[in-house]
Amino acid sequence: MQAMPKWADAILIPFISLLLAFILSGLMIMAIGKDPVVAVQTMVQGAFGSTNGLGYTLYYTTNFIFTGLAIAVAYQARLFNIGGEGQVMLGGVGVALVCLAIDWPHWAIALPAAMIGGAVFGAAWAFIPAYLQAKRGSHIVITTMMFNFIASAFVGYLLINFLKVPGSMSTESAGFPDGAHLPNFHDMLAPFGIEFSANSPANIAFLIALLAAVGFWVLIWKTRLGFEIRSFGASETAAKYAGINPVRITIIAMLISGALCGLMAINNVMGEAERLIDNAPEGAGFIGIAVALMGRNHPIGIVLAALLFGFLVQGGAELNLWESIPRELVMVIQGLVILFTGALDNMVRRPLEKLFLALRKAKEA
Amino acid sequence: MVVTTSQGRQTSAAPSSPQTASMSDPLAIELRGISKAFGPVQANKDISISVRKGTIHGIIGENGAGKSTLMSILYGFYKADSGTVLINGQEVQITSSQAAINAGIGMVFQHFKLVENFTVLENVILGAEEGALLKPSLGKARKLLQQLSDEYELSVDPDALVENLSVGHQQRVEILKALYRQADILILDEPTGVLTPAEADHLFRILQGLKEQGKTIILITHKLREIMDVTDSVSVMRRGEMTDTVKTSETSPEALAELMVGRKVLLEVEKTPAAPGTPILEVENLTVVDAQGVIRVKGIDLQVRAGEILGIAGVAGNGQTELLEVLGGYQVGTGVIRMNGEELDLTGNASDGQSRREKGIGHVPEDRHDEGLILEFSAWENIMFGYHHDPEYQKNGLIMDTAKIKQIAYDKMERFDTRPLNEKLPAKSFSGGNQQKIVLAREIERNPDLLLIGQPTRGVDIGAIEFIHQQIVALRDQGKAILLVSVELDEILSLSDRIAVMFDGKIMGERLPAETDERELGMLMAGINNGADAAQSGDA
Amino acid sequence: MDFLTILQILDSTLRLATPLLLTCLAGLFSERAGIVDIGLEGKLLAAAFLSGAVAYTTGSIWLGLLAGVAASMLFSMLHGLASITFQGDQLISGVALNFLAAGLTVVIGQSWFRLGGRTPSLPTDARFGEWNLPFSDAMSKIPAFGPAYDELISGHTALTYIALLAVPISWWVLYRTRFGLRLRAVGENPSAVDTAGISVVRLRYIALIIAGALCGLAGTYLASLAAGFVKDMSAGRGYIALAALIFAKWRPWYALSATLLFGLLEAVGNRYQNIQFLDFVELFSLLGFAALAVVLAVQIIRVALSTISVRDLAKPFIACLSVGAVLVATTAIRAMDLPLFGFALPVQFMQALPYILTVVILAGFIGKAIPPRASGTPYVKER
Repeated sequence: MQAMPKWADAILIPFISLLLAFILSGLMIMAIGKDPVVAVQTMVQGAFGSTNGLGYTLYYTTNFIFTGLAIAVAYQARLFNIGGEGQVMLGGVGVALVCLAIDWPHWAIALPAAMIGGAVFGAAWAFIPAYLQAKRGSHIVITTMMFNFIASAFVGYLLINFLKVPGSMSTESAGFPDGAHLPNFHDMLAPFGIEFSANSPANIAFLIALLAAVGFWVLIWKTRLGFEIRSFGASETAAKYAGINPVRITIIAMLISGALCGLMAINNVMGEAERLIDNAPEGAGFIGIAVALMGRNHPIGIVLAALLFGFLVQGGAELNLWESIPRELVMVIQGLVILFTGALDNMVRRPLEKLFLALRKAKEA
Repeated sequence: MVVTTSQGRQTSAAPSSPQTASMSDPLAIELRGISKAFGPVQANKDISISVRKGTIHGIIGENGAGKSTLMSILYGFYKADSGTVLINGQEVQITSSQAAINAGIGMVFQHFKLVENFTVLENVILGAEEGALLKPSLGKARKLLQQLSDEYELSVDPDALVENLSVGHQQRVEILKALYRQADILILDEPTGVLTPAEADHLFRILQGLKEQGKTIILITHKLREIMDVTDSVSVMRRGEMTDTVKTSETSPEALAELMVGRKVLLEVEKTPAAPGTPILEVENLTVVDAQGVIRVKGIDLQVRAGEILGIAGVAGNGQTELLEVLGGYQVGTGVIRMNGEELDLTGNASDGQSRREKGIGHVPEDRHDEGLILEFSAWENIMFGYHHDPEYQKNGLIMDTAKIKQIAYDKMERFDTRPLNEKLPAKSFSGGNQQKIVLAREIERNPDLLLIGQPTRGVDIGAIEFIHQQIVALRDQGKAILLVSVELDEILSLSDRIAVMFDGKIMGERLPAETDERELGMLMAGINNGADAAQSGDA
Repeated sequence: MDFLTILQILDSTLRLATPLLLTCLAGLFSERAGIVDIGLEGKLLAAAFLSGAVAYTTGSIWLGLLAGVAASMLFSMLHGLASITFQGDQLISGVALNFLAAGLTVVIGQSWFRLGGRTPSLPTDARFGEWNLPFSDAMSKIPAFGPAYDELISGHTALTYIALLAVPISWWVLYRTRFGLRLRAVGENPSAVDTAGISVVRLRYIALIIAGALCGLAGTYLASLAAGFVKDMSAGRGYIALAALIFAKWRPWYALSATLLFGLLEAVGNRYQNIQFLDFVELFSLLGFAALAVVLAVQIIRVALSTISVRDLAKPFIACLSVGAVLVATTAIRAMDLPLFGFALPVQFMQALPYILTVVILAGFIGKAIPPRASGTPYVKER
């Protein structure tokens, strides 16, 4: 028996949870002696008020679409991949190695190669935890978490010992060749006569991210593999009855998840920094968890949630600049959003279910 | 005192009044008019029982008859909607487990409530410690355990870890827990389900000993023999109601079997005599050991021919589930299974469920909710579930043709009269009968050579039962082999062309429906074989 | 490596292990009760911030300690609300709390002190003083033992001694008291506790309160050591503690060894950017040998007291022998000057080693780490 209509579960509950998170954030802003209305205005203005701001917003959005999809694909198989951060880092290594390998003649050739590099490295980093979960029952949450730290040390080691430009003080790789420069929104929109800020980092990876979202939808709802992933996630006993191999599904779902994380590197490493820097993901792997949660593991929801978080990050930077509210406020909001949409789901759900049951009874009576 | 042997009495039998015999014995427990509903399901309807002090009282009934609900009310897990509980003549409010313990009730659950990596002693004292420190409690418990193991046959190594104990010993720990809390009333819920016969006999000796010490024991079971062997009186439950309470010495297994299974309005299934063809499924010396190491199927042989329905009768938990699982390809077994002459792999590879389907084995599993369906998924997804690799469902090598699948699903649902006829609804929003039709539509419409079907009408309304039965017979008439497992004797009798009775992992005997009756089958189900074909189960 | 160097490394090991140990024990109480706590990091951070802020404002580290414990407990209760009362996902709740702590500490810190999220530096008397144990000066003249006493055993802050004391206390509480029995039971099989008539919810909340208090101590230690709060100062210690907890198989004495080992790795990493492989193996086998010798000695005493059987000596004895063999082999290789082993281990290897070791343990290649069986799942009363 369904206590609630589908729309309430898909839209109403996330909306109320989000509202609660925002109300608390507003109170937080008031508590530090600022005006929440001004803060919101500043954030909206900073995130959407100029093509420069919009470019940053969409740049962050791109990151979060990739990681959100990655976490969601694993979650469709009920695997909690908390290791997105490490997988993004390794993806960065893959992308950097590809970009630095040869003097690329044109970005259109460099991009697919870099995508393969990023995806393979990200997937490889997810493979070990996946294998250990599937074959040895090692809890994937803990192993992926450990792999984040191992990745951080490993990438740091690679940077300092192999990729760093000799003599340079900063721990970063050499800049990528010009042929690996991805067109940004300015380049892409100019032919259409649309003026877009040349300095903003939004680039063609945004379109790739949207394509990935479509691909996610096709994979999960249109292919046999996706059907098996969802079946395994929904009921392991039923999957067994249907002859679906749990080891295979666990590993494949995690490989796809890792590959999507790795793909994020075409945005932040290839599209923006154009060299490999230390701690390139800047928490995107973790924000992916919030994005997947908010987006209810559905690509449309994920794209919208990624936009929301892109807005929060960019708006938060503006707050820092204009209102001298630290950008960490965004982390507070993110924390509240995860808390309310994820962990405190029942707090919102239970009274709503009661309400809907009562409404239905009243209708029947 | 009524012993119901005639069939007419049962339907009219009202909840019987407290035992009339030995009025001098005080009542340990008296339940008056207990009712409990879960939503629309009435789990207990106006149940009254009286149990005299110092007796063993059995409560017998099929799965889902409401026995466990009743006992959970007595142990404070649920609050009854109405009715009262009296312990030793005093009305008590049992609102929690703690209240039940205080009232002197101890419960041995079907699934033990033990901490596996604790020692026996630690488990015994948990929740009933003497003070803030463990040492005094442990000392006291050790002494008491020694005493109890001398008095009854309750010996357990107090320092052993529970996880290293056999199931029988674990159960003793549960009993010791209750005795340590000075329980006067001990409730055991299906205590022998996981025990070997020798362990069960041992348990009954313990219970006799406790009874002699004046303890009152309630034994919940669906096994007739246990009731006959150890109880003083017995109540029979059926579909949430108490159908009768009788003295064990004044009844017989046959009478109880009838009371338990009941005699529903017989749904006559129109069918012509079978015309069995060549053997489709051959099983030889099949043995199944489950993950806990319990031997569930003990070297059985059977054969299902084209165009016949082989019905497997038996009380739940006698190996039928495991038999279906092995045939369905997701349980490990040893022995030989041949399908159309080809030997199947019994090693339980993850993809066997897939290959079994490719070999023409359809499977309607016993557990619709956990295995047969994914409740959150839509009906059309459930209709392709397990067959999603079928070329018919693909648009090309990569993409599934969902529009076509929906259409196919719609057609199948229509042919199976599924209501509401909407393939996009999630499976959980269909009624039990319509959920079962979805599973049947999926399996039967694939035109399998062999259909495995477990509990086809469990939780299904009368109207759907008839339809489902017709479909099964129709499949047989197309010359397909059908292996039917059901705990409903009526169903077995009316559908099967041949009946095999399973008991304790073995086939107790085979009968033709025309040459047998419920009474004889009931005896076989209880493991009593009057010698006619005792050898048969042995010649594997 | 000379004796004094080893002493100094051990001294800083103890310093670095203290917050790990306290946090690890916090996780131990929580997970033993069935609540997975990946929010340890957040609690550490919250405690470090509030203790630093209050210690600066009041000038008293003890008031700071109270505030730190309170902050950490508040987070614990939030975790309880989500994972016990509302039966939510414990992992997600933990992730959320980590985000909240990372954000709140900076936002509030900036609002209070306007130093970009830092607290002002704590003056010496608003920090924990080092306890110089009696006679440390006098004894330092004694060869070997004197410097060891002076350098290693004496001269730590109160919290280090409290952390070390917390190990036997935790052990005693868990294994010798009624509360401990129930706590362990609720993490293994809450329905057994429930049917025994004990409240699962209450037990789990108490466990979280203890975890909050211990994390509060650890956070305060960090703030005191660094003379104030700095953004993100916990630097993943909550996660290392979690790794140590798995490494320790959820047992107090093992937690001490695991956190000391992880502290040692950090100390070595801090001291040497790149340590020679042979030096590394030598140091660890030497210390391992010493530690195992102590364990062996304790076990022999226990055999003498007949609390354990002689058979229980086999494992530590074999371990001691094999580590000793490694030590001898290292010395031999060094003497022979084999080129194969003449490479250096990068500092990042030392940083990653705790996590790598934990994964190896989790994979069950060296002994199996089995978490409390009910951990991670909310308790829903069944029929």
